[in-house]
Amino acid sequence: MTDKQIIASRIALELNDGDLVNLGIGIPTLVANYVTEDKTITFQAENGIIGLGGLVEDETEIVNAGGMGASILEGGAFIDSATSFSFIRGGHIDVTVLGALEVDQVGSLASWIIPGKKVPGMGGAMDLVTGAKKVIIAMRHTNRGVPKILKQCKLPLTAAHQVNLIVTEMAVMEVRENGLHLLEVHPSYSVEDIVKATEAKLIINDVLPMKGVSDEN
Amino acid sequence: MRSFINKEKFIALLKDGMSIMVGGFLTNGTPEGLIDLLIESNVKNLTIICNDGGYPDKGVGRLVVNNQVKKVIASHIGTNPMIGTLMSEEKLEVELSPQGTLAERIRAYGAGLGGILTPTGLDTLVQEGKQIIEIKGNKYLLEEALGADLALIGGAIADNYGNLKYNKTMRNFNPLMATACEIVVCEPRKIVDKIDPENVITPYPFVDYILVGEYND
Repeated sequence: MTDKQIIASRIALELNDGDLVNLGIGIPTLVANYVTEDKTITFQAENGIIGLGGLVEDETEIVNAGGMGASILEGGAFIDSATSFSFIRGGHIDVTVLGALEVDQVGSLASWIIPGKKVPGMGGAMDLVTGAKKVIIAMRHTNRGVPKILKQCKLPLTAAHQVNLIVTEMAVMEVRENGLHLLEVHPSYSVEDIVKATEAKLIINDVLPMKGVSDEN
Repeated sequence: MRSFINKEKFIALLKDGMSIMVGGFLTNGTPEGLIDLLIESNVKNLTIICNDGGYPDKGVGRLVVNNQVKKVIASHIGTNPMIGTLMSEEKLEVELSPQGTLAERIRAYGAGLGGILTPTGLDTLVQEGKQIIEIKGNKYLLEEALGADLALIGGAIADNYGNLKYNKTMRNFNPLMATACEIVVCEPRKIVDKIDPENVITPYPFVDYILVGEYND
């Protein structure tokens, strides 16, 4: 499995039957490929779809939140942007999965601006992390060896104290009231490897092998 | 009953310095024919309000490339690198508003409200200069309502009365913007005899002009 596949397949296990889920662009989009058939998950797209289906080449009338041609599933609905963000901000989304540039040990994240370099804007990310019941960050553990999981974010925040779970190709970490807990480690790495690649203080008690991927490696 | 207009009449509505809301999400649902006419008119110093900056060759991005824009209000500008470049050279003013906040500010203006209270953007750069209001122990940012001189509505199917419904995900910001501007012009993809009242999304009193001609199917 590639790093991206490891992250996406592990996150798919976090989705429960009946959940309404919003997936961000990039690695988060891949999560849909790993949902098992025993679960019915409804995907929402921030541009106005309840019941988002897969990508469709050359489709121009239905697009996903990345502007790519997509489909809508039977039973789905098209909605305007205010209704879409009523779902998002109003606590009607069970899980959102998003990427990040930095996440810290109190669950704050940075993902929308690198001052002086790149200002893509926040799009719907600030609303999603503020309003979704569960916020899962899908990202590589480091930026070419430089830690992205920090004591405190250095870049301007997308939101403070909103992240619940961080899933990387190396580990699964959960933000709890008393700090960031290391829950699972991919079998290719040791706990020491994770600690070295993480600037944040990790609370380490019972660490398990990463679910969903351990058998295949 | 609304007025059906041709391109000359539309161009006659345009003025330098206007604020213009343009529907669409990554150009899905953006009225490209009306953008063509804005370029043809070459009006300058525009304030453009749109979910995103479009692309350099598509959507509102074309107006930026053609040097007609003074200010952009959007949630995301990452797909149009020229906006970032002009912003860093201080040749273009950019106001980034979280997508759900932008949608709700527009909806509020159209509904006669002064603003909205949202948790989105708390503890971030978005909070700067804004009032924080506490309600039942929860903090919210006061975000002002947003209206404009002109709305350009796309992705719609119009009937002979000027009622609109929208095509798939092209709905997005269009029905919100149609409530929040002095003059509302729609470039429908198609004009039909009548739309079932159950299916009208934007009732005709919101719509001032329907552009007819080569822009409709």
